[in-house]
Amino acid sequence: MQFIYEKLLGGKQGAVGFFILAALILIVLPLFLDMFRLNLVGKYLTYAFAAVSIVLLWGYGGTLSLGQGIFFGLGGYAMAMFLKLEASSPENTAIQSTPGIPDFMDWNQLTELPWFWLPFHSLTLTIILILVVPAAFAYLIGAAMFKRRVGGVYFAIITQVIAVILTVLIVGQQGFTGGINGITDLRTLNGWDITTDSAKLIFYFLNAFLLLGVIIVGRFILTSKVGSLLLAMKDKEDRVRFSGYDVANFKIFIFCIAAVIAAIGGAMFTLQVGFMSPSFVGIVPSIEMVIFAAIGGRMSLIGAVYGTLLINFSRTMFSESFPELWLFLMGGLFIGVVMFFPNGLAGIWQSYGHYITRYFAFADKFFPKEKTNLPQLNTKES
Amino acid sequence: MLSHAQSICSFKLKSLKAGILALAATASISAFAADTAKVNTTGLAITDDTVTVGILHSLTGTMAISETGAQEAEKLAIKQINESGGILGRQIKIIQEDGASDWPTFAEKSRKLLVKDKVAAVFGCWTSASRKAALPVFEKENGLLYYPTFYEGLEQSKNVIYTGQEATQQILAGLDWVAKEKKAKTFYLIGSDYIWPRTSMKIARKHIENVLGGKVVGEEYKPLGNTQFGSVINKIRLKKPDVIYAAVVGGSNVAWFKQLKAAGITSKKQTLLTISVTEDEVLGIGGENLEGFYSIMKYFQSLDNPNNKAFVKAFKEMWGEDSVIGDVTQAAYLGPWLWKAAVEKAGSFDIDKVVEASRTGDIELTTAPEGYVKLHPNHHLWSKARVGQWNKDGQATVVFESELIEPNPFPKGYQ
Amino acid sequence: MGEYTLNELGSIFAMQGFAGISLFSVLLLMALGLAIIFGQMGVINMAHGEFMAVGAYVTYFLSSMTETYLPGFMPYYFLFAIVAAFFVAAIIGYFAEYALIRHLYKRPLDTLLATWGLSLIMQQCFRSIFGAREVSPTLPEWLLGSYQPTENIHIPLNGMFVLALTFFVTAGVFYLLFKSRWGLRVRATTQNRQMSGAVGINTKKVDRYTFALGCGIAGIAGAAFTTIASTGPTTGSLYIVDTFMVVVFGGAASLFGTIASAFSIAQAQSILEFFISGSMAKVYTLLVLVLILMFKPEGLFASKVRR
Repeated sequence: MQFIYEKLLGGKQGAVGFFILAALILIVLPLFLDMFRLNLVGKYLTYAFAAVSIVLLWGYGGTLSLGQGIFFGLGGYAMAMFLKLEASSPENTAIQSTPGIPDFMDWNQLTELPWFWLPFHSLTLTIILILVVPAAFAYLIGAAMFKRRVGGVYFAIITQVIAVILTVLIVGQQGFTGGINGITDLRTLNGWDITTDSAKLIFYFLNAFLLLGVIIVGRFILTSKVGSLLLAMKDKEDRVRFSGYDVANFKIFIFCIAAVIAAIGGAMFTLQVGFMSPSFVGIVPSIEMVIFAAIGGRMSLIGAVYGTLLINFSRTMFSESFPELWLFLMGGLFIGVVMFFPNGLAGIWQSYGHYITRYFAFADKFFPKEKTNLPQLNTKES
Repeated sequence: MLSHAQSICSFKLKSLKAGILALAATASISAFAADTAKVNTTGLAITDDTVTVGILHSLTGTMAISETGAQEAEKLAIKQINESGGILGRQIKIIQEDGASDWPTFAEKSRKLLVKDKVAAVFGCWTSASRKAALPVFEKENGLLYYPTFYEGLEQSKNVIYTGQEATQQILAGLDWVAKEKKAKTFYLIGSDYIWPRTSMKIARKHIENVLGGKVVGEEYKPLGNTQFGSVINKIRLKKPDVIYAAVVGGSNVAWFKQLKAAGITSKKQTLLTISVTEDEVLGIGGENLEGFYSIMKYFQSLDNPNNKAFVKAFKEMWGEDSVIGDVTQAAYLGPWLWKAAVEKAGSFDIDKVVEASRTGDIELTTAPEGYVKLHPNHHLWSKARVGQWNKDGQATVVFESELIEPNPFPKGYQ
Repeated sequence: MGEYTLNELGSIFAMQGFAGISLFSVLLLMALGLAIIFGQMGVINMAHGEFMAVGAYVTYFLSSMTETYLPGFMPYYFLFAIVAAFFVAAIIGYFAEYALIRHLYKRPLDTLLATWGLSLIMQQCFRSIFGAREVSPTLPEWLLGSYQPTENIHIPLNGMFVLALTFFVTAGVFYLLFKSRWGLRVRATTQNRQMSGAVGINTKKVDRYTFALGCGIAGIAGAAFTTIASTGPTTGSLYIVDTFMVVVFGGAASLFGTIASAFSIAQAQSILEFFISGSMAKVYTLLVLVLILMFKPEGLFASKVRR
């Protein structure tokens, strides 16, 4: 019990924050929103995976990736490829010159399925690939760069360029990827219609539970020795290196974890939205994901979720009523958060949250308090 | 204004007695409105004197530039319809949503319009990507979308009416013209790298090689947003094609024509035929960079017919003297009128009945600015293709006009 | 290749060479401003492209003003537009440094976010002021057309103009940085900020002027690019990745590196484009750059700067 409380939830304030979030997305939102709005929240929550991954990577790992869209996209495309193959059964595509392959391949004169599409006939393989491919790709990039001590700004720019390369490739190789339209018209998962309201509700809850699970896993990593080392590296990398640790390996590890988390978000995105396109791979979505994390608080996994929800809700509302103002507001938010609230929403919670948490004093009765050595939020600027 | 609007929107509708329209316009509206329960059996947002429709275009983001004209034209058409008495005695109310140049947003807003607002029809989308994203929503919720852009074809949905040209309608007549008129034998194809240019070029290549007996000496695709054409221009110089056939879009388009001109490739020495330049694009490219080159479109602002004169005048009155009208803007203007004709033929706003009426092949507009158009049972329009030669002032002179061309979204032999 | 004469092939070869050099001058002009800001100050200015757009819009504004009020002045306005573009962009840069950047010198990754925010605001400003459509200044006659040394060779005049402009700007930057008192102060500040402050250099002032200079050069680049491409609210974002690649590949703090990197990237890309399709040429060029950077992260010319 003690272990769960301290390690996974992060002490009293963390636990209260976690349960408030869980109550919000599992109970409050589904109760008060209609299916249409709830589906929107579901979509936003898939971005929250990417934001959470950025908190791990940037807030704790100290390396900013401007290419989380790559992994979000890889996960999303993997899922989309599976769904597309199912939608392109020979019966459904009988009018094509080559039945049984996706429609865009037929238009591009492909006469058989490319080899890298073959594994996506199987759901099990697809799920494995959603997790393995981004991790492997992140390992390659990470190993090449962190081993040579490329970091900081250079890492950010190079990940950004990789995102550009991937976008140009996806758009250019439309016979294999669906091009700029993306992979569209996805309707069933193993014969189950994913466009119905009930399916959307199930995906919403699946998504919410996965997200909460990812946050707990993130907490676990951060409270373990790896987390302490990451924080130490962020402040004085050389000192950690001189203590005999292989700094690069820890960074690669956290980069791979972040990639997998973003990819899960991408896969859930495809399931809920019903298509995947290169506009979620490039620079703009990647930077937006960083913003979600920055607004929420770069050191707070839960804050990332709130940041994502806040930005996306206000985007939907503002673009409906004041489309002109939206970019001003968004730009102003970036600047404001960076300059005045480097710890974002979570920083505000950290400063004022105890006014709320003290009403939850009973929590301590269930989990007797012990001295902890958890990493505290690093309010000092790095 | 009222009488003026009436005059340009008199309809030829075979199944409806001609007098009804005039009566509805002059007499009080609700007196002639059909019983709401009868014309609306599926719970759409229709009252005794209003019917609600959606407009869904990008008002923000990179596509806002292109989509502005389309939504302006749709609003003009709706205003004119309202002034002439509305549809089945009901005034049209608009709910406008912003697609924000973001494809999931198009899907999201479509769902909002159909599920929450229960609109009777949606006029919207511009890029193929946004249409592809919204399409499953329209099919699932059984909505009706009027899509204005000329596009690559290979699609036909029960829930979409395509008011722009599909690829073969736009391309073939223009190629025939250039082969005959300019004795062109060799072609250089260049486009932006995405689905519409690639599909269009595929059709063009088949037609050049199999029908015209010509030769494609080069085919090139540049990434969207690319602004460097130096190497391509040199390749073109090396190949010396009779015709450059271009489908470059967006910011690239401007760079492409400016650099062509700078390289000394002008209409004096080189025939260039493009399928991606309308009056809207010319604003950014500059008429002096295009002078003498040709576009194939179904509509040019300079078309000389009474319908178009009235349309251009009304458009400029509503949206400002400086506004220009391109092909897509005109196609968007047709949407509300086609819908009106179909609803009146069906005598109902029910989507299924409107679609059924649209499929009869009887829906036609004699008042279209582009001239006469007719809705084919395959949901596309019969329309003419025209070749326009650009002048320095940004307007085109129409040098060729085809017969009405049958839409053929799945062309045999061109895939 | 039997169907071509030697003369023709030679002409194409010459023009293709010029296409590469032209691309080189474009990349260099884009990257110079950023190389100063990023290389000398360590600031990642994501709004660099928007500063270029400022220059382009200034040119457009002057073009339409001249056309309306002083038609006789049309042949000359462009030169003034370049100067105006420099000063307008520099002044905006000066204030951006004052309001924003100077608070963030210790947090380079945060400047990236803050300047991205700035770029969004600037884009919306362009849209509100000049409209969402792309605009195009009317160019003077002497910038249009091409120079024809022989029958088959056409050298675009605008390309030659950009090349000459790049040469002057580069020479100016070199003079400022390596021959002037001010440049001495900039270099001193780059190498050791605290020590520079201790010997009496006003490092804050140096920072502000360096940033303004970088932005001003971006403005010049923007003005020059109106001759070859379009101007719209989001034009700036098209250039930003290429610009960063040039600077990073060259080695951040080395101006020679930036020149060498712009040259090699331009040649690689224009030669590739001649032989394979445009999209893949871009992919291969970027891919090779990323690979090289992975093996040689400090770029072509290693920076020996300690901070």
